[in-house]
Amino acid sequence: MYAFGYHRPGSVADAVKLLADHPDAKLLAGGQTFIPTLKQRLAQPSDVIDLGGIAELRGIRAEGDNLVIGAMVKHGEVMRDATVKSMIPALADMAGVIGDTQVRNRGTLGGSISNNDPAADYPGAVVGLGATVITDRRQIAGEDFFTGLFETALEEGEIVTAVSFPKPVAAAYEKFRNPASRYAMVGVFVAKTAGGVRVAVTGAGPCVFRLPEFEQALSTNFAADAIQHLNVDASGLNADIHASAEYRAHLIKVVAKRALAKIR
Amino acid sequence: MTSVTMTVNGKAVTRDIEPRMLLSTFLREELGLTGTHVGCDTSQCGCCVVHVDGDSVKSCTALAVQFDGASVTTIEGLGQNGTLHPMQEAFRENHGLQCGFCTTGMIMSSVDLVKKAKEQGITIDEHYVREGLEGNICRCTGYHNIVKAVIAGAQAM
Ligand SMILES: Cc1cc2nc3c(=O)[nH]c(=O)nc-3n(C[C@H](O)[C@H](O)[C@H](O)COP(=O)(O)OP(=O)(O)OC[C@H]3O[C@@H](n4cnc5c(N)ncnc54)[C@H](O)[C@@H]3O)c2cc1C
Ligand code: FES
Ligand code: FES
Repeated sequence: MYAFGYHRPGSVADAVKLLADHPDAKLLAGGQTFIPTLKQRLAQPSDVIDLGGIAELRGIRAEGDNLVIGAMVKHGEVMRDATVKSMIPALADMAGVIGDTQVRNRGTLGGSISNNDPAADYPGAVVGLGATVITDRRQIAGEDFFTGLFETALEEGEIVTAVSFPKPVAAAYEKFRNPASRYAMVGVFVAKTAGGVRVAVTGAGPCVFRLPEFEQALSTNFAADAIQHLNVDASGLNADIHASAEYRAHLIKVVAKRALAKIR
Repeated sequence: MTSVTMTVNGKAVTRDIEPRMLLSTFLREELGLTGTHVGCDTSQCGCCVVHVDGDSVKSCTALAVQFDGASVTTIEGLGQNGTLHPMQEAFRENHGLQCGFCTTGMIMSSVDLVKKAKEQGITIDEHYVREGLEGNICRCTGYHNIVKAVIAGAQAM
Protein backbone atom coordinates (compact mmCIF):
# COMPACT_ATOMS: atom_id res chain seq x y z
CA MET A 1 0.00 0.00 0.00
CA TYR A 2 1.22 3.49 -0.80
CA ALA A 3 1.17 5.98 2.06
CA PHE A 4 -1.74 8.42 2.37
CA GLY A 5 -3.17 11.01 4.74
CA TYR A 6 -6.18 9.94 6.79
CA HIS A 7 -9.27 11.96 7.67
CA ARG A 8 -12.37 11.00 9.62
CA PRO A 9 -14.96 13.76 9.17
CA GLY A 10 -18.02 13.88 11.41
CA SER A 11 -20.49 15.20 8.83
CA VAL A 12 -21.25 14.94 5.12
CA ALA A 13 -20.57 18.68 4.76
CA ASP A 14 -17.05 18.19 6.20
CA ALA A 15 -16.43 15.20 3.93
CA VAL A 16 -17.50 17.21 0.85
CA LYS A 17 -15.15 20.01 1.91
CA LEU A 18 -12.26 17.59 2.44
CA LEU A 19 -12.82 16.14 -1.05
CA ALA A 20 -12.78 19.63 -2.53
CA ASP A 21 -9.59 20.53 -0.66
CA HIS A 22 -7.80 17.30 -1.65
CA PRO A 23 -8.45 16.62 -5.35
CA ASP A 24 -6.58 13.28 -5.24
CA ALA A 25 -8.40 11.98 -2.18
CA LYS A 26 -10.69 8.91 -2.17
CA LEU A 27 -13.60 7.95 0.07
CA LEU A 28 -13.43 4.89 2.32
CA ALA A 29 -16.69 3.16 3.31
CA GLY A 30 -16.58 -0.52 4.37
CA GLY A 31 -13.24 -0.97 2.62
CA GLN A 32 -14.14 -4.41 1.24
CA THR A 33 -13.29 -3.30 -2.30
CA PHE A 34 -11.16 -0.24 -1.66
CA ILE A 35 -8.67 -1.74 0.84
CA PRO A 36 -7.83 -4.71 -1.45
CA THR A 37 -7.36 -2.15 -4.26
CA LEU A 38 -4.94 -0.15 -2.09
CA LYS A 39 -3.10 -3.32 -1.05
CA GLN A 40 -2.53 -4.22 -4.69
CA ARG A 41 -1.29 -0.69 -5.36
CA LEU A 42 -3.98 -0.23 -7.98
CA ALA A 43 -4.84 3.14 -6.45
CA GLN A 44 -2.64 5.86 -5.03
CA PRO A 45 -4.83 8.44 -3.32
CA SER A 46 -3.10 11.36 -1.59
CA ASP A 47 -5.68 11.12 1.20
CA VAL A 48 -8.31 8.69 2.41
CA ILE A 49 -11.53 10.15 3.77
CA ASP A 50 -13.22 7.64 6.06
CA LEU A 51 -17.02 7.93 6.11
CA GLY A 52 -17.17 5.67 9.17
CA GLY A 53 -17.61 8.53 11.65
CA ILE A 54 -20.64 10.16 10.01
CA ALA A 55 -23.83 9.37 11.95
CA GLU A 56 -26.16 10.90 9.32
CA LEU A 57 -25.09 8.19 6.81
CA ARG A 58 -26.33 5.41 9.07
CA GLY A 59 -29.81 4.19 9.84
CA ILE A 60 -32.75 2.51 8.15
CA ARG A 61 -36.15 4.20 8.23
CA ALA A 62 -39.60 3.90 6.69
CA GLU A 63 -40.88 7.12 5.09
CA GLY A 64 -44.43 6.34 4.05
CA ASP A 65 -44.18 3.62 1.42
CA ASN A 66 -40.44 4.11 0.99
CA LEU A 67 -37.59 2.45 2.78
CA VAL A 68 -34.66 4.83 3.15
CA ILE A 69 -31.31 3.20 3.85
CA GLY A 70 -28.22 5.26 4.70
CA ALA A 71 -25.12 4.89 2.55
CA MET A 72 -23.03 3.50 5.44
CA VAL A 73 -25.54 0.81 6.38
CA LYS A 74 -23.83 -2.56 6.18
CA HIS A 75 -25.13 -5.54 4.21
CA GLY A 76 -25.43 -7.54 7.46
CA GLU A 77 -27.68 -4.86 8.95
CA VAL A 78 -29.98 -4.86 5.91
CA MET A 79 -30.12 -8.65 6.05
CA ARG A 80 -31.21 -8.66 9.71
CA ASP A 81 -33.25 -5.46 10.02
CA ALA A 82 -36.89 -5.94 11.05
CA THR A 83 -38.17 -2.94 9.03
CA VAL A 84 -36.44 -4.18 5.85
CA LYS A 85 -37.75 -7.69 6.41
CA SER A 86 -41.32 -6.50 6.81
CA MET A 87 -41.35 -3.87 4.01
CA ILE A 88 -39.11 -5.43 1.35
CA PRO A 89 -38.09 -8.96 2.35
CA ALA A 90 -36.47 -9.48 -1.07
CA LEU A 91 -33.95 -6.75 -0.21
CA ALA A 92 -33.01 -8.47 3.05
CA ASP A 93 -32.61 -11.74 1.10
CA MET A 94 -30.39 -10.00 -1.46
CA ALA A 95 -28.15 -8.49 1.24
CA GLY A 96 -27.87 -11.92 2.86
CA VAL A 97 -26.26 -13.49 -0.22
CA ILE A 98 -23.55 -10.85 -0.70
CA GLY A 99 -20.07 -12.28 -0.11
CA ASP A 100 -19.67 -13.92 3.28
CA THR A 101 -20.46 -13.04 6.90
CA GLN A 102 -17.38 -10.86 7.37
CA VAL A 103 -17.81 -9.01 4.08
CA ARG A 104 -21.43 -8.32 5.09
CA ASN A 105 -20.26 -7.05 8.48
CA ARG A 106 -18.18 -4.31 6.82
CA GLY A 107 -19.41 -3.72 3.24
CA THR A 108 -21.96 -0.94 2.74
CA LEU A 109 -24.80 0.02 0.41
CA GLY A 110 -23.09 3.28 -0.61
CA GLY A 111 -19.77 1.57 -1.30
CA SER A 112 -21.35 -1.18 -3.34
CA ILE A 113 -23.38 1.04 -5.66
CA SER A 114 -20.64 3.69 -6.02
CA ASN A 115 -18.19 1.00 -7.05
CA ASN A 116 -20.72 -0.51 -9.53
CA ASP A 117 -18.92 -3.79 -9.99
CA PRO A 118 -20.69 -5.55 -12.89
CA ALA A 119 -21.07 -8.66 -10.68
CA ALA A 120 -22.37 -6.82 -7.60
CA ASP A 121 -25.84 -7.59 -6.23
CA TYR A 122 -27.11 -4.18 -5.08
CA PRO A 123 -27.38 -2.65 -8.58
CA GLY A 124 -29.96 -5.37 -9.35
CA ALA A 125 -32.07 -4.35 -6.36
CA VAL A 126 -31.76 -0.59 -6.99
CA VAL A 127 -32.86 -0.89 -10.64
CA GLY A 128 -35.27 -3.76 -10.00
CA LEU A 129 -37.18 -1.82 -7.37
CA GLY A 130 -36.96 1.52 -9.19
CA ALA A 131 -35.11 3.08 -6.25
CA THR A 132 -33.73 6.62 -6.04
CA VAL A 133 -30.12 7.37 -5.12
CA ILE A 134 -29.73 10.39 -2.85
CA THR A 135 -26.44 12.28 -2.80
CA ASP A 136 -25.11 15.34 -0.99
CA ARG A 137 -26.48 17.51 -3.83
CA ARG A 138 -29.33 15.75 -5.72
CA GLN A 139 -31.52 12.72 -6.29
CA ILE A 140 -30.75 10.33 -9.14
CA ALA A 141 -33.15 7.68 -10.49
CA GLY A 142 -31.54 4.26 -9.98
CA GLU A 143 -31.59 3.55 -13.70
CA ASP A 144 -29.65 6.69 -14.51
CA PHE A 145 -27.15 6.09 -11.71
CA PHE A 146 -25.40 3.02 -13.18
CA THR A 147 -23.85 4.20 -16.43
CA GLY A 148 -21.37 1.46 -17.40
CA LEU A 149 -18.61 -0.87 -16.26
CA PHE A 150 -17.53 0.46 -12.83
CA GLU A 151 -19.07 3.79 -13.94
CA THR A 152 -21.78 5.81 -12.23
CA ALA A 153 -23.45 9.18 -12.68
CA LEU A 154 -21.56 10.52 -9.62
CA GLU A 155 -19.70 13.75 -10.26
CA GLU A 156 -16.27 14.58 -8.94
CA GLY A 157 -16.51 14.92 -5.17
CA GLU A 158 -20.15 13.76 -4.94
CA ILE A 159 -21.14 11.52 -2.04
CA VAL A 160 -24.00 9.02 -1.92
CA THR A 161 -25.88 9.64 1.32
CA ALA A 162 -28.82 7.19 1.07
CA VAL A 163 -31.02 5.16 -1.24
CA SER A 164 -34.81 5.32 -1.15
CA PHE A 165 -36.49 2.03 -2.12
CA PRO A 166 -40.25 2.11 -2.85
CA LYS A 167 -42.11 -0.81 -1.30
CA PRO A 168 -43.14 -3.21 -4.10
CA VAL A 169 -46.31 -5.29 -4.28
CA ALA A 170 -44.11 -8.38 -4.54
CA ALA A 171 -40.42 -8.97 -5.29
CA ALA A 172 -37.67 -11.57 -5.20
CA TYR A 173 -33.96 -11.85 -5.92
CA GLU A 174 -32.10 -14.91 -7.08
CA LYS A 175 -28.46 -15.27 -7.94
CA PHE A 176 -26.21 -17.84 -9.53
CA ARG A 177 -23.00 -17.41 -7.59
CA ASN A 178 -19.49 -17.74 -8.77
CA PRO A 179 -18.52 -20.42 -6.26
CA ALA A 180 -15.05 -18.97 -5.64
CA SER A 181 -15.73 -15.24 -5.33
CA ARG A 182 -19.41 -15.48 -4.35
CA TYR A 183 -20.20 -12.54 -6.66
CA ALA A 184 -23.13 -12.90 -9.06
CA MET A 185 -22.40 -14.72 -12.28
CA VAL A 186 -26.02 -13.84 -12.99
CA GLY A 187 -28.41 -12.16 -10.57
CA VAL A 188 -32.04 -11.34 -11.37
CA PHE A 189 -34.27 -9.04 -9.33
CA VAL A 190 -37.97 -9.28 -10.22
CA ALA A 191 -40.54 -6.88 -8.81
CA LYS A 192 -44.20 -6.07 -9.25
CA THR A 193 -44.40 -2.37 -8.44
CA ALA A 194 -47.02 0.36 -8.52
CA GLY A 195 -45.53 1.44 -11.86
CA GLY A 196 -45.49 -2.05 -13.41
CA VAL A 197 -43.32 -5.14 -13.48
CA ARG A 198 -39.54 -4.68 -13.41
CA VAL A 199 -36.84 -7.22 -14.15
CA ALA A 200 -33.22 -6.19 -13.53
CA VAL A 201 -30.23 -8.34 -14.39
CA THR A 202 -26.79 -8.00 -12.79
CA GLY A 203 -23.60 -10.01 -13.28
CA ALA A 204 -24.41 -10.89 -16.88
CA GLY A 205 -23.44 -7.71 -18.71
CA PRO A 206 -20.96 -4.86 -18.24
CA CYS A 207 -23.60 -3.06 -16.16
CA VAL A 208 -27.03 -3.82 -14.67
CA PHE A 209 -29.86 -3.76 -17.26
CA ARG A 210 -33.61 -4.34 -17.53
CA LEU A 211 -35.33 -6.97 -19.68
CA PRO A 212 -38.38 -5.35 -21.35
CA GLU A 213 -39.59 -8.61 -23.00
CA PHE A 214 -39.67 -10.38 -19.64
CA GLU A 215 -41.39 -7.41 -18.02
CA GLN A 216 -44.08 -7.34 -20.69
CA ALA A 217 -44.76 -11.06 -20.44
CA LEU A 218 -44.88 -10.88 -16.66
CA SER A 219 -47.22 -7.91 -16.51
CA THR A 220 -50.17 -10.11 -17.51
CA ASN A 221 -49.06 -13.15 -15.50
CA PHE A 222 -46.44 -12.60 -12.77
CA ALA A 223 -45.24 -16.22 -12.68
CA ALA A 224 -42.41 -18.38 -14.05
CA ASP A 225 -44.64 -19.88 -16.80
CA ALA A 226 -45.06 -16.47 -18.41
CA ILE A 227 -41.42 -16.31 -19.58
CA GLN A 228 -41.03 -19.97 -20.52
CA HIS A 229 -41.25 -19.21 -24.27
CA LEU A 230 -38.77 -16.30 -24.18
CA ASN A 231 -35.03 -16.40 -24.82
CA VAL A 232 -32.31 -13.89 -24.00
CA ASP A 233 -29.96 -12.63 -26.70
CA ALA A 234 -26.31 -13.32 -25.76
CA SER A 235 -24.84 -10.41 -27.71
CA GLY A 236 -23.16 -7.85 -25.46
CA LEU A 237 -23.12 -10.14 -22.42
CA ASN A 238 -19.95 -10.88 -20.47
CA ALA A 239 -17.77 -13.80 -21.49
CA ASP A 240 -14.87 -14.84 -19.26
CA ILE A 241 -13.20 -17.90 -17.72
CA HIS A 242 -16.29 -18.45 -15.57
CA ALA A 243 -18.97 -18.52 -18.27
CA SER A 244 -19.53 -17.77 -21.95
CA ALA A 245 -22.04 -15.13 -23.04
CA GLU A 246 -24.39 -17.89 -24.26
CA TYR A 247 -24.27 -19.64 -20.90
CA ARG A 248 -25.02 -16.38 -19.10
CA ALA A 249 -27.94 -15.73 -21.48
CA HIS A 250 -29.31 -19.17 -20.63
CA LEU A 251 -28.78 -18.59 -16.91
CA ILE A 252 -30.75 -15.33 -16.97
CA LYS A 253 -33.97 -17.18 -17.77
CA VAL A 254 -33.23 -19.99 -15.32
CA VAL A 255 -32.43 -17.55 -12.52
CA ALA A 256 -35.43 -15.33 -13.35
CA LYS A 257 -37.72 -18.36 -13.10
CA ARG A 258 -36.18 -19.32 -9.75
CA ALA A 259 -36.77 -15.78 -8.49
CA LEU A 260 -40.40 -15.88 -9.62
CA ALA A 261 -40.89 -19.26 -7.97
CA LYS A 262 -39.84 -17.73 -4.63
CA ILE A 263 -42.65 -15.17 -4.65
CA ARG A 264 -45.30 -16.12 -2.17
CA MET B 1 1.63 9.09 11.87
CA THR B 2 -1.81 9.01 13.46
CA SER B 3 -2.60 8.20 17.05
CA VAL B 4 -5.15 5.43 17.66
CA THR B 5 -6.65 4.27 20.90
CA MET B 6 -8.73 1.14 21.10
CA THR B 7 -9.70 -1.46 23.63
CA VAL B 8 -8.11 -4.78 22.76
CA ASN B 9 -9.19 -7.80 24.79
CA GLY B 10 -10.43 -5.46 27.51
CA LYS B 11 -7.27 -3.34 27.79
CA ALA B 12 -6.90 0.19 26.42
CA VAL B 13 -3.98 0.53 23.96
CA THR B 14 -2.67 3.65 22.23
CA ARG B 15 -0.14 3.70 19.39
CA ASP B 16 1.16 6.13 16.79
CA ILE B 17 0.84 4.33 13.50
CA GLU B 18 0.87 4.95 9.77
CA PRO B 19 -2.71 5.23 8.43
CA ARG B 20 -1.96 2.45 5.93
CA MET B 21 -1.32 -0.13 8.66
CA LEU B 22 -3.78 -3.03 8.46
CA LEU B 23 -5.62 -4.10 11.60
CA SER B 24 -4.01 -7.56 11.25
CA THR B 25 -0.52 -6.00 11.24
CA PHE B 26 -1.43 -3.79 14.18
CA LEU B 27 -2.56 -6.77 16.26
CA ARG B 28 0.32 -9.04 15.32
CA GLU B 29 3.25 -6.64 15.09
CA GLU B 30 2.37 -3.71 17.34
CA LEU B 31 0.65 -5.73 20.06
CA GLY B 32 2.31 -9.16 19.59
CA LEU B 33 -1.07 -10.92 19.40
CA THR B 34 -0.03 -13.55 16.89
CA GLY B 35 -3.09 -15.75 17.41
CA THR B 36 -4.68 -13.73 14.60
CA HIS B 37 -3.29 -15.44 11.49
CA VAL B 38 -2.78 -14.06 8.01
CA GLY B 39 -3.43 -16.79 5.46
CA CYS B 40 -4.27 -15.23 2.12
CA ASP B 41 -4.03 -11.49 2.83
CA THR B 42 -6.66 -11.09 0.07
CA SER B 43 -9.97 -11.23 2.03
CA GLN B 44 -10.71 -14.84 1.13
CA CYS B 45 -9.64 -17.27 3.86
CA GLY B 46 -10.91 -15.87 7.17
CA CYS B 47 -7.80 -16.85 9.19
CA CYS B 48 -7.52 -13.22 10.30
CA VAL B 49 -11.05 -12.85 11.71
CA VAL B 50 -11.40 -10.83 14.93
CA HIS B 51 -14.38 -9.12 16.55
CA VAL B 52 -14.84 -5.37 16.31
CA ASP B 53 -17.60 -4.12 18.61
CA GLY B 54 -19.03 -7.65 18.56
CA ASP B 55 -19.04 -8.24 14.78
CA SER B 56 -16.62 -10.63 13.06
CA VAL B 57 -14.40 -8.86 10.51
CA LYS B 58 -11.44 -9.81 8.37
CA SER B 59 -8.60 -7.86 9.97
CA CYS B 60 -6.51 -8.07 6.77
CA THR B 61 -9.21 -6.00 5.05
CA ALA B 62 -9.41 -3.16 7.55
CA LEU B 63 -7.14 -0.31 8.53
CA ALA B 64 -6.26 -0.02 12.21
CA VAL B 65 -7.03 3.74 12.15
CA GLN B 66 -10.67 2.99 11.29
CA PHE B 67 -11.12 1.54 14.78
CA ASP B 68 -10.10 4.43 16.96
CA GLY B 69 -12.39 4.17 19.97
CA ALA B 70 -13.59 0.66 19.10
CA SER B 71 -13.41 -2.52 21.12
CA VAL B 72 -11.52 -5.41 19.51
CA THR B 73 -11.44 -9.02 20.66
CA THR B 74 -8.90 -11.52 19.35
CA ILE B 75 -8.60 -15.24 20.04
CA GLU B 76 -6.32 -14.36 22.98
CA GLY B 77 -9.18 -12.48 24.62
CA LEU B 78 -11.93 -15.06 24.16
CA GLY B 79 -11.29 -17.27 27.18
CA GLN B 80 -11.75 -15.74 30.63
CA ASN B 81 -9.58 -16.25 33.73
CA GLY B 82 -7.43 -18.94 32.19
CA THR B 83 -10.29 -21.16 31.02
CA LEU B 84 -11.13 -21.81 27.39
CA HIS B 85 -14.26 -20.28 25.87
CA PRO B 86 -16.97 -22.95 25.29
CA MET B 87 -16.38 -22.70 21.53
CA GLN B 88 -12.63 -23.32 21.97
CA GLU B 89 -13.43 -26.23 24.23
CA ALA B 90 -15.86 -27.64 21.62
CA PHE B 91 -13.21 -27.46 18.87
CA ARG B 92 -10.82 -29.39 21.11
CA GLU B 93 -13.44 -31.91 22.17
CA ASN B 94 -14.67 -32.59 18.61
CA HIS B 95 -11.24 -32.49 16.97
CA GLY B 96 -12.33 -29.54 14.85
CA LEU B 97 -8.80 -28.88 13.66
CA GLN B 98 -5.71 -30.48 12.24
CA CYS B 99 -2.82 -28.07 11.58
CA GLY B 100 -4.62 -25.29 13.45
CA PHE B 101 -3.82 -22.49 11.05
CA CYS B 102 -7.45 -21.66 10.23
CA THR B 103 -8.70 -22.45 13.72
CA THR B 104 -8.48 -19.08 15.41
CA GLY B 105 -10.45 -17.44 12.59
CA MET B 106 -12.94 -20.33 12.55
CA ILE B 107 -13.55 -19.92 16.27
CA MET B 108 -13.93 -16.14 16.11
CA SER B 109 -16.40 -16.46 13.20
CA SER B 110 -18.31 -19.23 14.97
CA VAL B 111 -18.76 -17.25 18.18
CA ASP B 112 -20.25 -14.35 16.15
CA LEU B 113 -22.49 -16.71 14.17
CA VAL B 114 -23.90 -18.30 17.30
CA LYS B 115 -24.47 -14.92 18.93
CA LYS B 116 -26.35 -13.62 15.85
CA ALA B 117 -28.43 -16.79 15.57
CA LYS B 118 -29.49 -16.53 19.20
CA GLU B 119 -30.39 -12.84 18.78
CA GLN B 120 -32.46 -13.60 15.68
CA GLY B 121 -34.02 -16.82 16.94
CA ILE B 122 -32.40 -18.88 14.16
CA THR B 123 -31.86 -22.62 14.69
CA ILE B 124 -28.17 -23.51 14.63
CA ASP B 125 -28.06 -26.54 12.33
CA GLU B 126 -25.53 -27.86 9.83
CA HIS B 127 -26.94 -25.71 7.02
CA TYR B 128 -26.68 -22.49 9.06
CA VAL B 129 -23.13 -23.27 10.17
CA ARG B 130 -21.87 -24.19 6.71
CA GLU B 131 -23.39 -21.05 5.15
CA GLY B 132 -22.15 -18.89 7.99
CA LEU B 133 -18.59 -20.17 7.71
CA GLU B 134 -18.38 -19.51 3.96
CA GLY B 135 -15.72 -16.90 4.54
CA ASN B 136 -13.44 -19.32 6.41
CA ILE B 137 -11.34 -21.77 4.45
CA CYS B 138 -9.73 -24.86 5.96
CA ARG B 139 -7.18 -26.81 3.96
CA CYS B 140 -7.04 -29.80 6.29
CA THR B 141 -10.18 -31.04 7.96
CA GLY B 142 -12.85 -31.31 5.28
CA TYR B 143 -15.05 -29.20 7.59
CA HIS B 144 -17.02 -32.12 9.03
CA ASN B 145 -15.62 -31.88 12.56
CA ILE B 146 -15.62 -28.09 12.43
CA VAL B 147 -19.38 -28.11 11.85
CA LYS B 148 -19.81 -30.64 14.66
CA ALA B 149 -17.71 -28.48 16.98
CA VAL B 150 -19.69 -25.31 16.22
CA ILE B 151 -23.02 -27.01 16.89
CA ALA B 152 -21.67 -28.42 20.16
CA GLY B 153 -20.11 -25.07 21.08
CA ALA B 154 -23.42 -23.32 20.41
CA GLN B 155 -25.17 -25.57 22.91
CA ALA B 156 -22.53 -24.81 25.53
CA MET B 157 -22.57 -21.02 24.96
C1 LIG C 1 -14.44 -11.78 -0.44
C2 LIG C 1 -15.43 -10.76 -0.96
C3 LIG C 1 -16.61 -11.19 -1.55
C4 LIG C 1 -17.55 -10.28 -2.03
N1 LIG C 1 -18.68 -10.76 -2.59
C5 LIG C 1 -19.60 -9.89 -3.06
C6 LIG C 1 -20.83 -10.35 -3.64
O1 LIG C 1 -21.12 -11.55 -3.68
N2 LIG C 1 -21.70 -9.44 -4.09
C7 LIG C 1 -21.46 -8.09 -4.04
O2 LIG C 1 -22.29 -7.32 -4.47
N3 LIG C 1 -20.32 -7.63 -3.50
C8 LIG C 1 -19.40 -8.49 -3.01
N4 LIG C 1 -18.24 -7.99 -2.44
C9 LIG C 1 -18.05 -6.54 -2.38
C10 LIG C 1 -18.68 -5.94 -1.13
O3 LIG C 1 -20.10 -5.99 -1.24
C11 LIG C 1 -18.27 -4.50 -0.88
O4 LIG C 1 -18.90 -4.15 0.30
C12 LIG C 1 -18.63 -3.46 -1.90
O5 LIG C 1 -18.22 -3.75 -3.18
C13 LIG C 1 -18.00 -2.12 -1.58
O6 LIG C 1 -18.56 -1.59 -0.45
P1 LIG C 1 -17.64 -1.00 0.72
O7 LIG C 1 -18.57 -0.39 1.68
O8 LIG C 1 -16.72 -2.02 1.21
O9 LIG C 1 -16.90 0.20 -0.04
P2 LIG C 1 -15.36 0.58 -0.18
O10 LIG C 1 -14.57 -0.58 -0.60
O11 LIG C 1 -14.92 1.32 1.01
O12 LIG C 1 -15.51 1.63 -1.39
C14 LIG C 1 -15.75 1.22 -2.73
C15 LIG C 1 -15.70 2.43 -3.65
O13 LIG C 1 -16.84 3.27 -3.49
C16 LIG C 1 -16.49 4.60 -3.12
N5 LIG C 1 -17.49 5.02 -2.14
C17 LIG C 1 -17.74 4.38 -0.96
N6 LIG C 1 -18.78 4.97 -0.32
C18 LIG C 1 -19.17 6.01 -1.10
C19 LIG C 1 -20.22 7.00 -0.99
N7 LIG C 1 -21.06 7.01 0.06
N8 LIG C 1 -20.34 7.92 -1.97
C20 LIG C 1 -19.51 7.89 -3.04
N9 LIG C 1 -18.51 6.99 -3.21
C21 LIG C 1 -18.35 6.05 -2.26
C22 LIG C 1 -15.07 4.48 -2.58
O14 LIG C 1 -14.35 5.67 -2.76
C23 LIG C 1 -14.50 3.35 -3.42
O15 LIG C 1 -14.06 3.82 -4.65
C24 LIG C 1 -17.28 -8.88 -1.93
C25 LIG C 1 -16.10 -8.44 -1.35
C26 LIG C 1 -15.18 -9.35 -0.87
C27 LIG C 1 -13.92 -8.86 -0.22
S1 FES D 1 -5.80 -13.32 5.78
FE1 FES D 1 -7.58 -12.12 5.94
S2 FES D 1 -9.01 -13.26 4.83
FE2 FES D 1 -7.20 -14.42 4.53
S1 FES E 1 -6.83 -27.13 10.37
FE1 FES E 1 -5.32 -26.77 8.89
S2 FES E 1 -6.22 -25.20 7.70
FE2 FES E 1 -7.84 -25.78 8.99
